Amino acid sequence: MKNGYRARNHPAYWAFVVHRGSGLLLAVFLPFHFWALGQALAGAAALDGFLRWTELPLVKFAETGLVLLLAAHLAGGVRLLMLEFLAWRDWQKSLLAVAAGVSLAVGLAFVLNVV
Amino acid sequence: MATTLSVSVWRGAESGEFRIYEVPRLESQTVLDVVTYIQRNLDPTLAYRFACRVGMCGSCAMTVDGKARWTCRTHVASVAAENRLEIAPLNNLPVIKDLVTDMSRFFDNWARAKGRFHGMRSRKDDFARVMPDSPQRKEVDGAIECIGCGVCYSSCDVVTWNPEYLGPAALNRAWTLLNDVRDTARVARLAAVAGDAGCHACHTHMSCSERCPKHIAPTAGIAGLKRAVVAAALKGEL
Amino acid sequence: MNLRNQVLLWAAQRYSAMVLALCVVVHLIVIVYAVRNGLSAAEILGRTRGNYGWFAFYALFVAAIAIHAPIGMRTIVAETFGWRGAALDALTLVSGMALALWGWRAVFAVFA
Repeated sequence: MKNGYRARNHPAYWAFVVHRGSGLLLAVFLPFHFWALGQALAGAAALDGFLRWTELPLVKFAETGLVLLLAAHLAGGVRLLMLEFLAWRDWQKSLLAVAAGVSLAVGLAFVLNVV
Repeated sequence: MATTLSVSVWRGAESGEFRIYEVPRLESQTVLDVVTYIQRNLDPTLAYRFACRVGMCGSCAMTVDGKARWTCRTHVASVAAENRLEIAPLNNLPVIKDLVTDMSRFFDNWARAKGRFHGMRSRKDDFARVMPDSPQRKEVDGAIECIGCGVCYSSCDVVTWNPEYLGPAALNRAWTLLNDVRDTARVARLAAVAGDAGCHACHTHMSCSERCPKHIAPTAGIAGLKRAVVAAALKGEL
Repeated sequence: MNLRNQVLLWAAQRYSAMVLALCVVVHLIVIVYAVRNGLSAAEILGRTRGNYGWFAFYALFVAAIAIHAPIGMRTIVAETFGWRGAALDALTLVSGMALALWGWRAVFAVFA
């Protein structure tokens, strides 16, 4: 028999879910990101043609999501690196709160500038 | 306080069903009391394990309302919301019958992780001296309290997803021996706990540390193993 | 894959994570700065064209990603689908090479 939601419902587990989910989505996004930038090979006008899409509110919303994913994966990753490479400390639960806070702050900074 | 509990108990083996029993609710009742009542008064065919009944042996570990716990140390008052309880066998282990699981793989992993002490002194030598305040001894002060109850192994999702994974208890044990200055099997043990089936498969879910009834944090020991194994690999010892 | 290589793979993922931590902080700062007043090719390329500093930075960034992401994906595939062994390792290597080539192409695209 396998563990279900009741066994998994604790903060360090949610941190894992966020980290794995964000990593997976970012990995899927990357090829598209590289393709978009590669448009510059055809000249600045080609890149501009693509960048016009970024004016759309829906695209800005998606970009905000991506920035949040990146910030969350970064913050969660730094938390893991600290847990794995530094000697164990009692305040490691707070690392999770710090990571969450930093991600949200970054997402907010982005939204305020992109809108 | 209500007078009866509605208790849902797993009956069968890998396939089976939950059956409901009505059990009188009493003051200071534990979940083990409830299981015992069912077997003695309602259904003698119910299979379950226990031994000490006082939180020392770990034999009575089961899944209560979805979480692995020692049933002798779980008061009904702390879990039975709305006078309901759900009792199932430990997860991640084959079910022999009802609430009894086959713990073989759990203990086999202990051996595979080289969870056995290897010393070099004989009875003719003087005693080894281990200072209680030495960093290595303090590092494993909590970890050596493990009694092999299986709660952590049952709670670990990597155990579910990776059939070869040694699991938190075996790795915790290896960590205590790694920090035992008398032990001589260091490199062999690091090799035993390395790789995709070893400490590197841990994703720091920390379900083991959450659920351990002795408040051990296997995650801490596993992180230590990760560091020690990588250092050994980079030095060419592996 | 032998034991030593499994350990080195884990180590590579963690060390590339450390490099990425620094790169991503820089990248996020640049992103927040760059989106002010909208994105334009002139603005982006104005920063990167002929700039060896950005070229080196992004080339390193891509290299770290090409190591970090495939190893992470390998674990996810193994745990979700139960694949293990030579086929999975080959897929990991191929995706790493693909990311590196595709990424370096993009870096060159904004530099040249």
